[in-house]
Amino acid sequence: MRTFKIGGVHPHDNKQFSAHQPITECPLPKQAIIPLVQHIGAPAQAVVAVGAKVKVGELLAKAGGFVSANICSPVSGTVTKIGDWKDAWGAPGQAIFIDVEGDEWLPEIDRTPDILRSCTLDPKAIIDKIAAAGIVGLGGACFPTHVKLLPPPGKKADVLIVNGVECEPYLTCDHQLMLEHGEEIIIGIEILKRALGVDRAIIGIENNKKDAIEHMTKLAQSKLGIEVIPLQLKYPQGGEKQLIDACIGRQVPSGALPIEVGAVVDNVATIYAVYEAVQKNKPLISRVMTVTGKKVLKPGNYSVRFGTPIDEVIALAGGVPADTGKIIGGGPMMGRAMDHTEGMPANKRLSGLLFLCEAESIRPEEENCIRCSKCVQACPMGLEPFLLQRLNELEMYDEMEKHDVMDCIDCGCCVFVCPAHRRLLDGIRPGKAKVGAILRERAAAK
Amino acid sequence: MKQLLVTPAPHAHSGDSVRRNMLLVILALLPAYVVSVLEFGWGALITAAISVLACVCTEWVISRFLLKEQKQTIGDLSAVLTGLLLAFNLPSGIDWWIVLIGAIVAIGVGKMTFGGLGQNPFNPALVGRVFLLISFPAQMTTWPVAKGFATSYLDAETGATPLYYLKHIVKTGDSSVIDQLPAFKDALLGAMGGSLGEVCALALIIGGIFLICTRVITWHIPVSIIATVALFAACTGWCGALPEGLGTCEYIGYELLTGGLMLGAFFMATDYVTSPMSACGKIIFGIGIGFIMMVIRTWGAYPEGMSFAILIMNACVPLLNKFRPQRFGEKKK
Repeated sequence: MRTFKIGGVHPHDNKQFSAHQPITECPLPKQAIIPLVQHIGAPAQAVVAVGAKVKVGELLAKAGGFVSANICSPVSGTVTKIGDWKDAWGAPGQAIFIDVEGDEWLPEIDRTPDILRSCTLDPKAIIDKIAAAGIVGLGGACFPTHVKLLPPPGKKADVLIVNGVECEPYLTCDHQLMLEHGEEIIIGIEILKRALGVDRAIIGIENNKKDAIEHMTKLAQSKLGIEVIPLQLKYPQGGEKQLIDACIGRQVPSGALPIEVGAVVDNVATIYAVYEAVQKNKPLISRVMTVTGKKVLKPGNYSVRFGTPIDEVIALAGGVPADTGKIIGGGPMMGRAMDHTEGMPANKRLSGLLFLCEAESIRPEEENCIRCSKCVQACPMGLEPFLLQRLNELEMYDEMEKHDVMDCIDCGCCVFVCPAHRRLLDGIRPGKAKVGAILRERAAAK
Repeated sequence: MKQLLVTPAPHAHSGDSVRRNMLLVILALLPAYVVSVLEFGWGALITAAISVLACVCTEWVISRFLLKEQKQTIGDLSAVLTGLLLAFNLPSGIDWWIVLIGAIVAIGVGKMTFGGLGQNPFNPALVGRVFLLISFPAQMTTWPVAKGFATSYLDAETGATPLYYLKHIVKTGDSSVIDQLPAFKDALLGAMGGSLGEVCALALIIGGIFLICTRVITWHIPVSIIATVALFAACTGWCGALPEGLGTCEYIGYELLTGGLMLGAFFMATDYVTSPMSACGKIIFGIGIGFIMMVIRTWGAYPEGMSFAILIMNACVPLLNKFRPQRFGEKKK
């Protein structure tokens, strides 16, 4: 069975808590908080004023640049405030506050459960619809999807790779989505193939989701040029570069984008959103989130409108378990530990909420590096984490650059395997930021 | 709501620890140790006990009273492992005070001087062993004859390891002592002269494979050492340097199964701290050890050269760390 070739680790997948829990609709909140940054790139710019009445699907904020994304209203009601807001990590930003009144949708949105199979739009019309719907990569990076579909001049994609890997432990939202909306995902893939002008699509699914592999293979059988590839279980297979390597054996060079090797990668949840936007005129206003943890009462997969305070989602899952030490936005490998949950809304970025009990939360004390080279063996990018961390301590940023720190994908494999419990990434991340700043300065000086 | 813990990702860990790795290596050494006890009796028990105790005590005393550390590191079991490996490299039943000196040098000079675990450039057990070999050459090359629990140090013969005979045969072409070499069965199972832990090649190989399977070590260093030694020995045979009565295959077999090769390849050269980080570095490291060892075995003053070979290559590790791992997306040159 295929997998990527360098490094990787095997964490316990812990998906048993929420796997196969049907997607449950989360009730509408009283007040929705819509942050203006829910994607990579420039913040979106509000196009509504305080006091405005909005309907579900109406544009609230338009993309603030080429790499940016629209934000459409997930609720209907009155805009009460547009202003400062802080996320669950204390980072300041802007948000639109809406008092929810009823649930009135824009009339052009098709809310029927019918599956619309045919799409005859031309590529430009498809991409415009995706951009208008504010779709971003829902796998974690939140890169605006329409930007990926517009390759730079001279570059041409020849294959669409569909990410159904969900390599983060605990998370099951993509798995459940494939089981419940597999057909829509296949239609979404055909739409994207059309938009990109490629005749080949590959769905990569890890082998711990055998039912999803079977289901998607059956659905793809009747379609030309869509292939499902089961992948060996290994983290971080959902990383874009790792997935391309695993599926088609092409390695994206250092510093380049997947288009360099003719590939475009999209997550299954993103593709479902594409289906809804193109076929049903429904913008990206909700997503499936996994709420899970060993002590969570009702772990499951919840379909949540953006702007819903996560406290309400947590309440639906049975509340915060008694001995919770950490609440993580996302999975345990790359997710961020939250400082608080009050006032934090569900948004495009939040793929899940994970509750770790106190014993799991505490990081053991660091010991001396014993130079066992396990971090080197685990690094999926072939870097030397032990060295990069040391170079950061010594503030030797030139050396860090020479040792390819910019290739680091933040996956956490090095910290995961370190027998001395060294916090390698705590040093590599700031070093990488510093080197990135130096590189930008250098580029600007030229 | 109560205070939540905030730390950077990742929030999961493999559960591996320094202690676990050390424990697995100690476990992997046990089969060879059991054979040694069966072969050498009380001598093997007492030598190892003194060595382990002395190493642990030395580390504790230095860390507690000289360095005045708040936290003691003997719990990570690395001193126990150093003690065990040092004992494996000594003749069974050697005078207790020699073991004590060896242990103090191994931990005191070989490890703690540089800042403790993870900082030492040379394998501490080998630093201790080579110090003793140079300081007490007579005692260090007096091997007891294996007689089980009836073995006493007084029964010792001098310089009678198979490697001694092998060197004599190859160097002088005198094939009259060929019958002094052990049968392959005895070399595999440990019924021959040698250091405490090195005699049973089979047990050491089993331990080594266990370490590779549990991912404590990778195959690169042991395989490259063994392959280099085999190739070197084969070349010696093909060049016609062997006397009548000793075939090339037999010669390769003796080079591989006698002396400290298996112990060195699986347990000493693979020491985390003193071996290179990248796969490429590890292979060059292994080739270097195999080559230097065979040069010493063939032309040097000592019949065995494993310790020296490993220490010399330990010194090259900073250089070998210039060999990077294969980067993702990098074209092979």
